[in-house]
Parts: sequence; structure tokens; C-alpha cells
Amino acid sequence: MIDWLLDDSPASRLQANLGRAWRVWTALLRNPLAVVGALIVLVLVVMAIFAPLIAPYSPVGQDLANRLMPPSAEHWMGTDELGRDIYSRVVYGARITLLIVTMVAVIAAPIGLVVGAVSGYFGGWVDRVLMGVTDIFLSMPKLILALAFVAALGPGIENAIIAIAITAWPVYARIARAETITFRDSEFISAVRLQGASATRVILRHVLPLCASSTIVRVTLDMAGIILTAAGLGFLGLGAQPPLPEWGAMISRGRNFILDQWWVATMPGFAIILVSLGFCFLGDGLRDVLDPKQGEKQ
Amino acid sequence: MAFEPSTGAANARISMLAGRAIESAASVFRFAIVVAGTFLGLLAITFFIGRVVPIDPVLSVVGDRATQEVYEAARQAMGLDRPLIVQFFAYVGDVLTGDLGMSISTGRPVVDDLARVFPATLEMATIGIIIGVVLGVPMGVVAATHQGSWIDQVIRVLGLLGYSVPAFWLGLVGLAVFYAGLGWVAGPGRVDIFYDGLLDPVTGLYLVDSVIAGEWDIFWNALDHLMLPASILGFFSLAYIARMTRSFMLDQLGQEYVTTARVKGVSERRVIWRHAFYPIRIQLITVIGLSYAALLEGSVMIETVFSWPGIGNYLTTALLTADMNAVLGATLVIGAVFIMINKISDVLYRILDPRARR
Repeated sequence: MIDWLLDDSPASRLQANLGRAWRVWTALLRNPLAVVGALIVLVLVVMAIFAPLIAPYSPVGQDLANRLMPPSAEHWMGTDELGRDIYSRVVYGARITLLIVTMVAVIAAPIGLVVGAVSGYFGGWVDRVLMGVTDIFLSMPKLILALAFVAALGPGIENAIIAIAITAWPVYARIARAETITFRDSEFISAVRLQGASATRVILRHVLPLCASSTIVRVTLDMAGIILTAAGLGFLGLGAQPPLPEWGAMISRGRNFILDQWWVATMPGFAIILVSLGFCFLGDGLRDVLDPKQGEKQ
Repeated sequence: MAFEPSTGAANARISMLAGRAIESAASVFRFAIVVAGTFLGLLAITFFIGRVVPIDPVLSVVGDRATQEVYEAARQAMGLDRPLIVQFFAYVGDVLTGDLGMSISTGRPVVDDLARVFPATLEMATIGIIIGVVLGVPMGVVAATHQGSWIDQVIRVLGLLGYSVPAFWLGLVGLAVFYAGLGWVAGPGRVDIFYDGLLDPVTGLYLVDSVIAGEWDIFWNALDHLMLPASILGFFSLAYIARMTRSFMLDQLGQEYVTTARVKGVSERRVIWRHAFYPIRIQLITVIGLSYAALLEGSVMIETVFSWPGIGNYLTTALLTADMNAVLGATLVIGAVFIMINKISDVLYRILDPRARR
């Protein structure tokens, strides 16, 4: 099996792709921090999927007799002002965090990729206009821009996702453009073009797949920032609305009790830090494997 | 005849100098166009957010309990019956003449509000960046010269935490530990309540105003209040500045001229500071500029936690009361300052680094 994966002359495209995936995987496993990061992200995904099985209590079930209990054997992250189990809320909160980062990546990365590839492939005034817009967005403070968009769209988790995605795409456009320019004039692109392929086909089938690896690295590295922005919006009351157990909103609720019942605000914060660190570790590891040139520059 | 070659050389020299002057004038011009374009882009975005994104921009200004007449009057006053492009130019004209509209929650012009709150943010961010630079740069240098040592590890960890700790959470934990727990610093706000309003706002910076007024009590009290939020902001810039300094220094220390200097017997201190650090100071200016701009942004969250009456607090209050003029005004000012700091550090880089001048 491994011989088949590592074959130097793969017989099919599938074999070549799987072989490459295998090489990336084994290279990642040699990097201990990347493994830690991958495990943290895996735990996040498992928590999100199996939240009802993992969480000992309901995330919204109130128990006013047991409000603001310190961490104990029954409630090992304590309870909040409505007697809800904080650990269960953190577990369910994984769903919201995962939803936000996935949706932002799914919206922002393709937009950025297409803008960048089109810009790099055609060059000329198309390039100038698209990159002008990209640079304007890049020169803007991201959090402020997201805040203003949410203010106009109205608070809520969907609008928070849209606002963050609007501020996230320009980076991917820059990456895709830079990559596209390096191989725009190469022979395999000319060959495809001479066979009569349209610009759309060249960009979608031949240019974009080559931008994929550097984009994946960048998206993973950006995840921490996306999580922090989403939590910030939640903290300000502009993201996920109560009673949804969003980590930033939970910290905001715990603000009033920070001096005496410290666990209400601090526990969700640890979850945010851990998950952000996990994405950082994984992103660094992926960069070393997929995009070694970038790694040297850091 | 004998003079011909030298005249030719002189002519060539003159035309070269003239060419250079034209070239640099052209690059200044091009730069001005880029800056103007970026500001216009910023205006286009705030215009878009204010007038196009909300389903009914009038409603977001007058509120949903306004009568039909008030609604119509506001619609006329906002010029919403005109085509979008005309509206946009009217908006640009308003902004250029310093008219950002009225705030519905304070009842005053947004420009006046912003002028009042901005110094508070400036003061906090400036102390923050000073902390970041004073600690971050030496830490980065030591980390680069002692690769793998404990301080190198500390900077790695700090760098990672700088990316993954929410600023507002750190602010809350800081308040709980250093204010409530240890009592080392003063609590939220700029000064204790009984000092409030005692200072004549000259610059709006309490540390400066109190010195001008000779009120040293207020100076120390303001510093006491400033220390914690500024340190937390400083932590984020420290993490970034130290990491960048380390990587720039490692680049330089690996260069051959550094080895040459060492072989010649130059002292290690001189190698580090004169040969390796000297060239990176230009790159550092860009990094410091970027993190200063980032601190202005980061102060939004910190100000909310510390009830700091700055532009961030103004913005978040406006967000929650749906005070759109105030939101857009604050966004515009923060965005403009952010862009300006970036462009200034860009210009400094070009002036200081001969290689980037062309």
C-alpha cells in the first residue's frame, strides 16, 4: 500500500494525488507542534459533532438553585448566573465557533482566489482595478470594518459571518495573484490555451488548483484571527445572540462577576485561546510542509 | 575639439540629474495619487455601509417610531431621492468640509464628539507602543543572539499568545488580578471619580494636561489608571515587535559581513549593535508603525473593558444604540488614522533606505 502511494511514476491521477497527500501527512507527523495543533482542531470538531453526548448538562437548562457555583466535581467549570453548566456551554459553543470559521473560509477563500487569479491571469487594467479594490480593503483596519458592517446589517451570527468574510478575502486575492503571475507565462498554460481552452477553463482547471496549497496554509493561519474577531463581536453583543453559548458572548456575561466569580468569564476564554493556538500550530506545520519558501522568510 | 567629450559628459550628467528630479517628482505624484485613492476608497466603503447596506437608511437614522412627516423630511434632508453617485459626491463633500452629521445619542455633531474622545485613545495607544518598543526590541535582539535560550523560548510563546489571546479577555483577567486581587493599579476609567472634570482640556491628554496645570496628584492618578490597559495593549505590540526584531536580526547575523567583522576582532557588542542592528532599524520603523496602527484598532476592545472614554468606547456605544452617523464617523477616523500611519511609515522607509528610493 505504502509502496503504491510512494510510487515515483504513478499510473493514475488518483494515485498521484493520494501519494502527495500521504507525503504531506507523514511530514506533518514528524512535527510535534503540528500534531498537537491537529489534535486540538480534531477535538474541536469532535466536540461540535457529538456535543449532546459529551456535554453532561443542557447548554440552556437553567438551575437557579445552583447559580454561580465555583468549579466542582459536578460542574467542573462552575455554573453561570442562571445556573447553567459552563462546561456544557463551552462544548456546545464549539459548534458555533466551528460554524463561523468554516463559513468564513468557505465564503472568503473562493472569492479571494477568483479575484486574484483573474487579476493575475489577465493583467492590464483588469489587474489594476481589482488590485486597487483589494489594496483598499487591505489597508483598512479589519475589526473596525467588521464592526461597521455588522452595525449596518444588524447583530446576529449570519451577519457576523458575512462581515468577517468581507474583511478576510483580500489576503487570498493577493496570494492567488502572486502565484498566478509566476506561472501565467509557463509552457503548460500556453499548451492548454493552444488546445483551445477558454480563459474560464484555464483559470478554474489549471490556475486555481495550483494556488490551493498556499491558500490552505494561509486560511489555517488566519483561523486564529477569525476566531478572535468573532469572539470580539460576540463580546460586544453583535455576534451570536443569547441564549446561544457563543464563547465571546459568555465572557461578556461573566464580566459582571469577574471580581468574585472569576470562572464565569475566564473559562470560555481558555477555550478560545486553546483553539486559536491549535490552528496556529497546525498552520505553521502545514506551511513548513506545503510552502517551505514562506517558512524561511518568517 | 578636445573639450567635446567632457562637455558631453557634463551634459549627460545634467540630463541624468534632471531625469532623477523628474523621476522623484513623478514618484511623489504617484504616491499622492495612491494615498488619495485609498482615502476615496475608505469613503466609498463607509458610504456603502451607511447608505446601501441598510434596507432603509432613513429608518436607521430617525428610528422606527418617527412619524411619516419626520421620515419624509429626513429622507429629503439625507438626499436619498437623488441618484447614488450624486449622493456619494455630496457625502465626500460633507466629509471634506468636516461634516459627519449629528449623533442621535449625544445630540452633538459627530466631529465634535470625536475630537473630544480621540485624545484618550491616543494617550493609551502611545503609552502602549512605548512599552512594546522599549521591551520588545531588546528582547528580540537577545533572542536572536542567544538562539534556543530561555528568552528565545519566551518570545516564541509570547508571539503565539499574541495571536491567540482575546484582548478583551486579557483585560478582564488583568482587572481581576491586578486591580481587585493585588490592588497594584487603579480600576476602570481615566482618573478617580473625584478628579473628574478638574483638568482644563488643553491637549486632551491627561498626562500632558496635568503637567501643564501643575496638578501632580492628577498626573500620578491618571498614570495609575493608564498602566494596566496600556500594558495589555503593549503586550500585543511587544509580542509582534520582538518576533519581527528577532527574525530581522537573525537575517543580519547570518550575513558574511558580520562574520568578517567578527574575524577582524570587533567586539561582540559592537558586532550586534553597530553591524547587525544598525541596518535593521529601517525595517523596524515599518513594523512599529504597523503595530501602532494595530493598537488603535485593538483599543476598541480594551476601552470597552476599562470604560475608557476613547474612540473605541464611543464606537461600541454607538453600535449598540444603532447611531449610524457616529458609527460611520468613528470608522472613518480610525480608518483614516490607520491608513495615514501606514503611509507615513512607508514614506519613512523610502527616505531612509536608499535601495527603496527608486
